[in-house]
Amino acid sequence: MRDQVTEFPARTEAETHTVSCSVNGAGYQSAVDPRMTLADFLREKLRLTGTHLGCEHGVCGACTVIVDGAATRACLMLAVQADGAAVETVEGLASDGELAPLQKAFKRNHALQCGFCTPGFLMSVTAALREETVTGEEQAREVLSGNICRCTGYTGLVKSVLEVAATRTGEEPAK
Amino acid sequence: MKPARFTYHSPRSLDEALADLQGYGDDAKVLAGGQSLMPMLNFRLASFEHLVDVNRLGAEYAEPTFGDTRVTIPLLVRQRQLERSEEAARLLPVLTEALHQVAHPQIRNRGTICGSLAHADPAAELPSVLSVLDATFTLVSARGIREVSAEEFFLFHLTTSLEPDELLLQVSVPRPPANQFSSFREFATRRGDFALAGVAAVCEFDETGAVSACRISAAGVAPTPHRLTDVEALVTGARPGEDLWPEVEAAARAQVEPTGDIHASAEYRSRLTGVLVKRALTDTHEKLEASRA
Amino acid sequence: MTETVVPDAAMIGRRMERREDERLLTGHGAYLDDLDLPDALAAAFLRSPHAHAKILSFDATEALALPGVVAVYSGADLPEIQKPLAPKVQHPQLRDYPRLPMPPEELHYVGEPLAVVIAESRYLAEDALELIEVDYEVLPAVSSTAVAVQEAGPKAHSGDETNVAVVLSQSAGDAAKALAGAPNVLSDEFFVMRGGGHSMEPRAVAARFEPATGQVTIWDGTQAPHYARQQLSVIYEMAEDDIRLIAPRDVGGGFGPKAQFYGEEVVIPWVAMKLGRAVKWIEDRQENFITAMMERSQTHRVEVGFDDDGRLIAVRDFVEHDQGAYCAGLQVPSITTSTVPGPYHVPNIAVELKACYTNMVPTSSVRGAGRPQAVFVMERMMDRIAEHLGLDPAEVRRRNLIQADEFPYKVGIMFRDGSPLTYDSGDFPALLEGTLERIGYDEARELQAKLRGEGRYLGIGLSVYVEGCGLGPYEGAKVRLTNKGRILVTLAAAGQGQGYETVYAQIAADGLGLDMEHIEVKTGDTSRIPFGQGTFASRITATCGPAVMDAAKQMRQRLLDTAAILLGCDASEVDFVGDKACLGGNLEKSVSLQQLAQTANIGKHGITLPRGIKAGLETSSYFSPERAAYASGAHAALVEVDPETGEIKILKYVIGHDCGNVINPMLVDGQVLGGFAHGIGNAMYEEPVYDVEGQPQAASYLDYALVSATEVPPVELFHIQTPSPLNPLGVKGAGEGGTIPAPAAIANAVEDALRPLKARVTRAPVTPARIVDAIAAAETAAETAGQN
Repeated sequence: MRDQVTEFPARTEAETHTVSCSVNGAGYQSAVDPRMTLADFLREKLRLTGTHLGCEHGVCGACTVIVDGAATRACLMLAVQADGAAVETVEGLASDGELAPLQKAFKRNHALQCGFCTPGFLMSVTAALREETVTGEEQAREVLSGNICRCTGYTGLVKSVLEVAATRTGEEPAK
Repeated sequence: MKPARFTYHSPRSLDEALADLQGYGDDAKVLAGGQSLMPMLNFRLASFEHLVDVNRLGAEYAEPTFGDTRVTIPLLVRQRQLERSEEAARLLPVLTEALHQVAHPQIRNRGTICGSLAHADPAAELPSVLSVLDATFTLVSARGIREVSAEEFFLFHLTTSLEPDELLLQVSVPRPPANQFSSFREFATRRGDFALAGVAAVCEFDETGAVSACRISAAGVAPTPHRLTDVEALVTGARPGEDLWPEVEAAARAQVEPTGDIHASAEYRSRLTGVLVKRALTDTHEKLEASRA
Repeated sequence: MTETVVPDAAMIGRRMERREDERLLTGHGAYLDDLDLPDALAAAFLRSPHAHAKILSFDATEALALPGVVAVYSGADLPEIQKPLAPKVQHPQLRDYPRLPMPPEELHYVGEPLAVVIAESRYLAEDALELIEVDYEVLPAVSSTAVAVQEAGPKAHSGDETNVAVVLSQSAGDAAKALAGAPNVLSDEFFVMRGGGHSMEPRAVAARFEPATGQVTIWDGTQAPHYARQQLSVIYEMAEDDIRLIAPRDVGGGFGPKAQFYGEEVVIPWVAMKLGRAVKWIEDRQENFITAMMERSQTHRVEVGFDDDGRLIAVRDFVEHDQGAYCAGLQVPSITTSTVPGPYHVPNIAVELKACYTNMVPTSSVRGAGRPQAVFVMERMMDRIAEHLGLDPAEVRRRNLIQADEFPYKVGIMFRDGSPLTYDSGDFPALLEGTLERIGYDEARELQAKLRGEGRYLGIGLSVYVEGCGLGPYEGAKVRLTNKGRILVTLAAAGQGQGYETVYAQIAADGLGLDMEHIEVKTGDTSRIPFGQGTFASRITATCGPAVMDAAKQMRQRLLDTAAILLGCDASEVDFVGDKACLGGNLEKSVSLQQLAQTANIGKHGITLPRGIKAGLETSSYFSPERAAYASGAHAALVEVDPETGEIKILKYVIGHDCGNVINPMLVDGQVLGGFAHGIGNAMYEEPVYDVEGQPQAASYLDYALVSATEVPPVELFHIQTPSPLNPLGVKGAGEGGTIPAPAAIANAVEDALRPLKARVTRAPVTPARIVDAIAAAETAAETAGQN
């Protein structure tokens, strides 16, 4: 048998770039390989593992985070590109141990099962509801359509979006 | 699905960017919004020795300008930004309509107009829309600046007339006349997918409601955005209506030669093109009527 | 929406929010790739680029020279683990080909692993993959069952004489004779494609060896931890106790493919042991598309014989099933053959299924598991019978349904669990009628007629099904009073989002007579409970549920007995108030759970136990159902089809569902609605296409369409509850019923809509392009007929 094991080499020296950014309000500075995606940076460098990788080609939406106010696929952005940016992730939604209204609505409406896609949905909807109000089921489904959930069939998600949108505008949720 | 190694350049001015492109030529790739490029890098379908990230060239490249004669969209204008611009919706409603159908907001938040055009995916919405808007593409390199039309810009599937050292600096379109109405219609398997076919139509109408001029372009049925000149000829001078459609649909079908793939047969795509042309033209006419009501 | 009928239940039947949710909503889930494994190395597999090829040479010199690369192993480098991964469900006549973890010689599908790179990061491991040089001799490939059954065609395995892996037959009565004598016979061919599981978290394995104990700890995102451990114990020739296999607390969906056992699960722990380093492999989506088992196509050639009232006389179905490159198990084809008769009286039936080897990734169960195909075929034919006789499709179903007073109903053929196919309970007519009423069937027919006059095409599709679920052999649970005085319920079963931590606490609470707050549930760790099977085939509620209930009841008695001794009374006088066992409800005369643990579990070192106290407050129970239970349901779809684009708009959708008694209505609804979305994917979108060379063509989410919120319509869901007599909770499975009948309901609705145009729907998924092509084909056929 060929024993194809080499000695453990010293950690590889790659060209690195420094990234300074804020994540959920806290400042971070880190040297990164320029090819590292923002998603891997959050997960591996910062150990914020709530941002999940489901497809790494921008379709499933599990890695969605908010960058400078805009919902963004963290798998389609390099960490170096986040230099100077304000990043929000799922870990920042609850404050002082209290779930945000959207998180509570997800729980109440059984909008999650395996939970893997959930952080992406939370971030997408959080950003969407900041931008505009959602007034009907069709619009709620559109807001959700950039993320994939394989477990729930979306019913609880739709309901959650409508309920939270309604409390913002002070109206009864649209049917 | 991790990108291969590359050297990263983040120029802080246009000159710096052009110098990078001149220096690395064929081995360099421009990174703008990255929403098409990054998946290719992650899949390792493509790899480049140098990535020139143009996102930090400066704020002046990040805002559209609505001038007296032309609307100009520089390279860092995000798709979502233009989609949400009221001025754009008023002046170029067909662009707003089409942008709304490009993938999803999370993608449009980062994806740029110019990036999508330079990527030149024939199934994408923006190339055909800019084509009917009679856009001028401004290509710049350390060697100089040149302007080309859509027909000159889009050469083939994922291929444009951009030289390796060139950057698509901006795209600009003439301010539309008041009698111009437009429509973008596509049919995709799911919301946000690439279209099985799409049609952009821009029509000018005379006072009788007949078409005095028009440009119609189809997406997803040819290696580039495909101008349906036969349909344009047929429609010019006519009033859109039931009696016109059989001929229009036939002409549209005859002028495309789509390829079949796992999503749809060639036959389906050409039929669909005809249907979408009809629907887009009906829509422009209805917009005209609505404006006169 | 649901109410339970379990008597005297405090927690069973209640809509309870989930305990799992808070951590998952705040980004604190513990999926495999989230686990802290300091200094773990990353693995990446080199995979066959060809559907069928011989490995001529393998050279990893350059890859090994890359800084950061720790090791590269080809299959030939690890001969000690190149042992066959056995098929899950066998058959004496199966011509089995060994599925090796990393075949050293011949490769049989695109994506089959042939080498593994271990490096400091996944980025570097992927860099190294590009540097490995392999010479292949490319061999002819079998890329469909149509090719597989050609006598002179290529063979999936070199040197073989046929691609047929096994022929499975089921029959009752004499279908051939009955068809020959039937007044009406219709036949057609249907091609039913299914797809992948597409759990949002792909597969994952990590392992760390502990030299001091000789134990290897394996984290595996599997649906079946004990099954995986058993396989590893055989392959590694290690004692089962030396392999601790943990399905992480959070696994991002399963849907079938993660219940299977794969080469990567063998290679990663072995390499970790060899290197003495923790090693982690996270399947990426590209790998998931080509290497996670999926369910692909079946071709059915079906004949039905029926009388002039539309009553079935006979059904004969010939099926070609795509088994893939190896037989990972015969569960899917076996289930198909037994699902064909469905909820109907079929006096004579014959089903013959040829499972064929092809050069594509092995097939196995995906939510629905062979049932959607059979339901598709039977339900398409029910509609054809109605059309042929000019009867209403609902009426034809009514005339054939098994009635509520006919249970237990013996179908006359066998189920895949080895028992005679016997429906335990149900009320199919009530499901059908309830569904028709809620879809507004009569009004919908009127509207359809009216809109046809306006050139609009509305269609109504019905689909009724029966689902074998709750399979054996057994599932178990342990209940223990921890030393801190809390109740710990330990399941062998591992969840992937079903809410086990909530559901089994509900069941245990009722068994114990304690509030849920004192109860904790742990799952999926072979070191915590010795025996288990796994989460698949909608079986856990019906097998693990009764086990938890029994173990909890035993524990209640143990706790009360212990308390009675300490309180100096009879156990019948003791009951719980909060976490205290009280005499006659008096908190003054009570002992807490903590005190009970102190007495019977912790004890006093060297001191004799109080007289009568039994040491060790721990109970366990294993429940073995005598045979499968049968859930059932009916779906109705109202659609509008645009004949110009082929677009299908689902205007209304109703699901009637019967899974027996319900533990947590909110979670059951979630299972059904999630399954339904999967069913819509199968009906209209998902298609794992391979080209003639056996190359996957839909290997990204740009080409393989998963449904988003805009594709899934709102659903009206109702339940009826006919308890199963086969288990003490009266429960059945709920995980797949939403999926199974959806492709049939949609296909029926589309063909119904297009009936004036005579377009036929003979395959799933039904896509816009195929609809328009079918309309065009019908037009051409009509023109040709007109000319003749």
